[in-house]
Amino acid sequence: MENRTVGDNQLFTSKVISEIHRKADTGLYNIRGYGMFRRVPNFDDLVIIPAALTRAPLEGYREKCDTTTVLGTRSQNPIVLDAPITIAGMSYGALSANAKAAIGKAASQAGISSCTGEGGMHPREREYSKTLVYQLLPTRYGFNLEDLLRADAVEVACGQGAKPGTGGLLLGMKVSEDIARIRDLPAGVDQRSPVRHPDWFGPDDLPVKLDELREATEWKVPIFLKVGACRVREDVKLAVKAGADVVVVDGMEGGTAASPEVMQEHTGLPTLAAVCEAAEALRELGMQDEVQLVVSGGIKSGADIVKALALGATCVSIGTAALVALGCNRAEYVEDYHALGTEPGHCYHCHTGMCPVGVATQTPDLEARLDVDQAAERLTNYLHALIYEVQMLARACGKGNVHHMDPTDLRSLTLEAERITGVPLVGTRGLTDRR
Amino acid sequence: MVVIDCLGKNTREINQEIRAALDAGAAEIHLTNPQARHNLAVGLRRPCRMVIEGSVGNYCAGLATVADLEIRGNAGWGVAENLVSGRVVVHGNAGTAVGASLRGGTVVVAGDAGTRTGNLMKGGTIIVGGDLAASSAFMMQKGTLIVCGNAGYALGDSMYQGRIFLGGECPEYGSDVVEMPVADEELTEIHDLLLGYGIPAPRRLRKLVSGKRLWNFSTRERSLWRTAL
Repeated sequence: MENRTVGDNQLFTSKVISEIHRKADTGLYNIRGYGMFRRVPNFDDLVIIPAALTRAPLEGYREKCDTTTVLGTRSQNPIVLDAPITIAGMSYGALSANAKAAIGKAASQAGISSCTGEGGMHPREREYSKTLVYQLLPTRYGFNLEDLLRADAVEVACGQGAKPGTGGLLLGMKVSEDIARIRDLPAGVDQRSPVRHPDWFGPDDLPVKLDELREATEWKVPIFLKVGACRVREDVKLAVKAGADVVVVDGMEGGTAASPEVMQEHTGLPTLAAVCEAAEALRELGMQDEVQLVVSGGIKSGADIVKALALGATCVSIGTAALVALGCNRAEYVEDYHALGTEPGHCYHCHTGMCPVGVATQTPDLEARLDVDQAAERLTNYLHALIYEVQMLARACGKGNVHHMDPTDLRSLTLEAERITGVPLVGTRGLTDRR
Repeated sequence: MVVIDCLGKNTREINQEIRAALDAGAAEIHLTNPQARHNLAVGLRRPCRMVIEGSVGNYCAGLATVADLEIRGNAGWGVAENLVSGRVVVHGNAGTAVGASLRGGTVVVAGDAGTRTGNLMKGGTIIVGGDLAASSAFMMQKGTLIVCGNAGYALGDSMYQGRIFLGGECPEYGSDVVEMPVADEELTEIHDLLLGYGIPAPRRLRKLVSGKRLWNFSTRERSLWRTAL
């Protein structure tokens, strides 16, 4: 008998059919948390090639590998970190207050910085964070001069890798009374942020806006400027021209607590491509030693960090990985994962506010599940493990300073990666190899 | 009274002189020859009466915790943006984004105000004595916007909360803006407020507020949401 089922249709897969049904039932695009699920060219498409005879590897015990990282070198008070890692801006609102406190505590213990994200500076975050970056977003939720003067740097956010070209989103179930108070909103509304800043509109106005921030802070703190990875080469040049001390480029693998799925999966550039374009833009301006490049989006291991640095970044920023280290997707309260229709290790329901482990929620009894000290300890452990990996890989390449990594320490595993990065494919001499 | 002559000084030097005068406990500061410089009197934190004798550029009195500032001229973009308390009075016209993300206090523009005035307002009051350009009070969250003259299109688009009082006409309100009756006590409130700044009250006022249909997504409001999403 003829098979009349959709069967192996490669276009209308069961997943596609299910999504069409969902749209037909709800009348809305899918909104979810976490970030893109598809595979794009990434740092796993590169390998690091340690030293052998051509250069000498460093001994692990005696020979140091310096990981000190300075951001905002052309400002009066640059940020000095113990490692080339920052914690990305994630709002109090998207995350619980306990999660924000734990992040601040862990970042301080690891000697790195954290960032407020949207929704203002939570007092506990400031209390726990030795080095805190204050984010200025289009909404200006909770933004004020007094907190600005308590910040160690200010980051003007002009986009996010998970959803470049669109504003933030916090669904009503997470707009609790406290979040509503801080953001000056009615509790329970679906909070949609504008994508454009209210008082400047383009690169011509931006230098004046940055000067306003400098005047308000008496030119003391560095100014970061963050963009979602799109027209990276041009955006980085415009950011530098506007006067940014640090440019943050967030690739499409970047995480989110709530975004339209179509934005997460189909917009922006992979971090691997973004770091190459951004570094090249700085070199073309001759500013690679004056303006620091921070890249983010899917960074998860010491290997990712070393590869990003080798390709021209000064520092990486991590978001999702930090949340996982706090406890996201841990196998606890499994029945609550089931209630969300998911399993530990597969949960992406940050947008619902029903986070079983208390990281991405505003529900008091769920938040109480996240013990600040324990979560901070886990994140501190994770950050140190990353730093150990970074040092080990750099030493193996013969580098006494992690910032001495360069593209010659890498090889591409795929033709795609070779085309994107210019790093020779393994077993070849690179793009000009015509053997 | 401290007089700071801006002639021959850069913005940094002028703002440093302002801070020094405030730190020294000045009761009143006058700035002369501002020459429409950007970023004057940014980040004010101490109460002190201040007068700027002339026009200013962008972000004058921006990011201030407290201000009591009179601008005897015109103002560029973003005057008093993010102001928390106090008052800023512009005797002439103002550019775009007056009182953007205003948190508190009062911003008065005696003349006309540019586009996007009062966008993302979180509190306080903005008074425009003349006409107001388009796309103002976008995503207004709280506070009061008073427009004595006409307003451009999309006034109050997607506002969450707050009140807009309009004396003149508006060709098209923004999404989910609805008219409400003006209560007698509100008329008195507006009249007294305008009187305090020497601005004639309009003969009639319309009150605009959020229809609250954009607060949460609903398939029953497809046409409205097509403009919002």
